[in-house]
Amino acid sequence: MIDPHIVKSFDEQLNKLHDMVLQMGELAERQFDQAIRALIERNADSSGLAVAAEAEVRALNTAVNEQVIRVLCLRGPVADDLRVVVTALKIAAALDRIADYSAGVARRALLLNEQSALPTVRAVKRMGALVHRLLKEVMQSYAHRDSALAHQVWTRDLEVDELYSGLFRELLTYMMEDPANITASSNLLFIAKNVERIGDHATNIGEMVYFLVTGHPMDGERPKNDTSSYATGLSH
Amino acid sequence: MLAASSETLPAAQEDIARAKMTSRDLEVFYGDSRALKGISLDIFENEVTSLIGPSGCGKSTYLRSLNRMNDGILGCRVTGTVTLDDEDVYRDLDSVQLRARVGMVFQKPNPFPKSIYDNVAFGPRIHGIVERKDELDHIVTSSLKRAGLWDEVKDRLDSMGTGLSGGQQQRLCIARAIAISPEVILMDEPCSALDPIATATVEELIDELRANFTIIIVTHSMQQAARVSQRTAFFHLGEVVEFGPTEDLFTNPREKLTQGYITGRFG
Repeated sequence: MIDPHIVKSFDEQLNKLHDMVLQMGELAERQFDQAIRALIERNADSSGLAVAAEAEVRALNTAVNEQVIRVLCLRGPVADDLRVVVTALKIAAALDRIADYSAGVARRALLLNEQSALPTVRAVKRMGALVHRLLKEVMQSYAHRDSALAHQVWTRDLEVDELYSGLFRELLTYMMEDPANITASSNLLFIAKNVERIGDHATNIGEMVYFLVTGHPMDGERPKNDTSSYATGLSH
Repeated sequence: MLAASSETLPAAQEDIARAKMTSRDLEVFYGDSRALKGISLDIFENEVTSLIGPSGCGKSTYLRSLNRMNDGILGCRVTGTVTLDDEDVYRDLDSVQLRARVGMVFQKPNPFPKSIYDNVAFGPRIHGIVERKDELDHIVTSSLKRAGLWDEVKDRLDSMGTGLSGGQQQRLCIARAIAISPEVILMDEPCSALDPIATATVEELIDELRANFTIIIVTHSMQQAARVSQRTAFFHLGEVVEFGPTEDLFTNPREKLTQGYITGRFG
């Protein structure tokens, strides 16, 4: 257990920052769940909730920014305190992006639900469940300052990338088979890409948590297995 | 990435860094009380080294032992070695000779009750550095310029040094210290009696002086140590707990005690 600061209000300010980021994480997690439900259960209410939640996350991000500026200005934090402040700023920004992607999923789910269901939705469901778990665990690693868990999340994004690449190829096949599938398939592709990006942000948060706890950047390059660009002949 | 580089100095600079002063197993006793407990440090040339730590930790005692300022204190005893360019400060050099090479600037600006000119000219005169008036004029002018004070005092060199503002007085004391071309300048909390503007001026000056001098500064301001120095030593109860590149010490200290002190969790 780390000793408290001599100045109690400094601890209060840092704790507040920590709590705000955790609250953002909870909101973003729930919002992502709603967005995936909107797609899988073809549920318009879930979609509405997920779209509305984006503003709440954004408001919290603004509050985190203000609190970070306040602490930097008043306390001039160093060492682990500085890492707490800087990582809160960066994690909040990542969660804000996640909320943006989730709202995108929810909006496109509404469009998709007006058409007959594509069988590939099942793959997105698997991706969604995986990413949801990554998001949940990475925020747990933040809550408990658990660098081992953060590192684990970081390595597991590989599975998301693999699912995405498979889905990408499958959707291309559908579109080539029948041009009538193009609209729905494109929408689903955008959704899958958003989910994949959310997974990337979860791993970024993992990197930040690792740095927060250890003071060192995570070693090595993150394993990536998104081969979707090869399928179209595009280079990375 | 968030993490700062683990090195403050580029590798090339680290390679050529040379220890200007060293201490080995340095112990200082005031009567029976041991104020320093075996301090071994290297002070690198053309760098600013800051000494931080709570009151009574021994940092000022250490600073003062580098130019034998403790010699005059009754009951003070020093063991171990201090070297300046490989010469033993306590055995091979006399204290007058030593202090001409290792100058000092104190916490409270302490100009002599003399004119601005005479304050700066005092050292060169008593050390017999110059023979002619024009040589002395040149030293006074260049020292005041290097201390960043020239423009403010050039029209009133005959005015009393004590009539200047606090920040100007401190820069006058720095000009006085550098007038005899020391190799090392010791600074004991040089900004603690100054306002933020004067502090910024002195900090800027310290950074410029580094090109020609080796500087050791005792400071109670963590931010100041982080801003002005390349290396930092953290003292606690007469011992050095941690010594290393300033950036490492303030971003990712190795010792829990250092972390507690710099973040304000010291119990």
